[in-house]
Amino acid sequence: MDTMTIGSILTAIFLLLGLLFFTGGTIGLLRLPDFYCRMHATGKSDTLAVLLCLVGLAIYNAFAGNFALPYILVSIKIIFIAIFWFLAGPVSTHALYRAAFRCGVKPWTLDNQFKEVDKE
Amino acid sequence: MIDMQRFFMGVSIALLFLAFLCLYRAIWGPLITNRIVGVGAIGTKTLIVLLLMGLIYDRLDMFVDISIVYALLNFIGTLAASKYLEMMGEV
Repeated sequence: MDTMTIGSILTAIFLLLGLLFFTGGTIGLLRLPDFYCRMHATGKSDTLAVLLCLVGLAIYNAFAGNFALPYILVSIKIIFIAIFWFLAGPVSTHALYRAAFRCGVKPWTLDNQFKEVDKE
Repeated sequence: MIDMQRFFMGVSIALLFLAFLCLYRAIWGPLITNRIVGVGAIGTKTLIVLLLMGLIYDRLDMFVDISIVYALLNFIGTLAASKYLEMMGEV
């Protein structure tokens, strides 16, 4: 049980968790009835999935270079991408929500449950 | 010992399949808002696929800068589309 095997197992766990959340977000984007429901599903799931995948790839890169300095710097860059997306994903989601609500996109409620809410 | 190259290739293929599923919403979504959401979801999946390609080709130090630029471009593109939609005032 050397260090490379431990790093590979950690990376596999993180990447498969990220893939699970990506799958959930995509199913929500395809099947939910309304624009707001779809944005709710994809915004949260994709942010968490990107965080998990990027942390897993940074761990693998640090273990693959035996913690030499250039590999550690590349891993720090990957963690910077994760931090930026953790701040930027919710901001873009909220901006799109606000723009759609001010443009008059009707939400899906119980009263118009059996009608098509967003037609061309 | 896990064969990590094949594992990364499998995860990349799965993510590309999910990106093609999102492409349905990006093409046939009922309004412009759904299309923006679909393009954003494709962008987040592409960010991960780029880093996986860098690990497969053993050139991660080159691909990580491309991935940073792609994350910035996706964020600014979504914000610009939202601002333009809000300026127009109607869908």
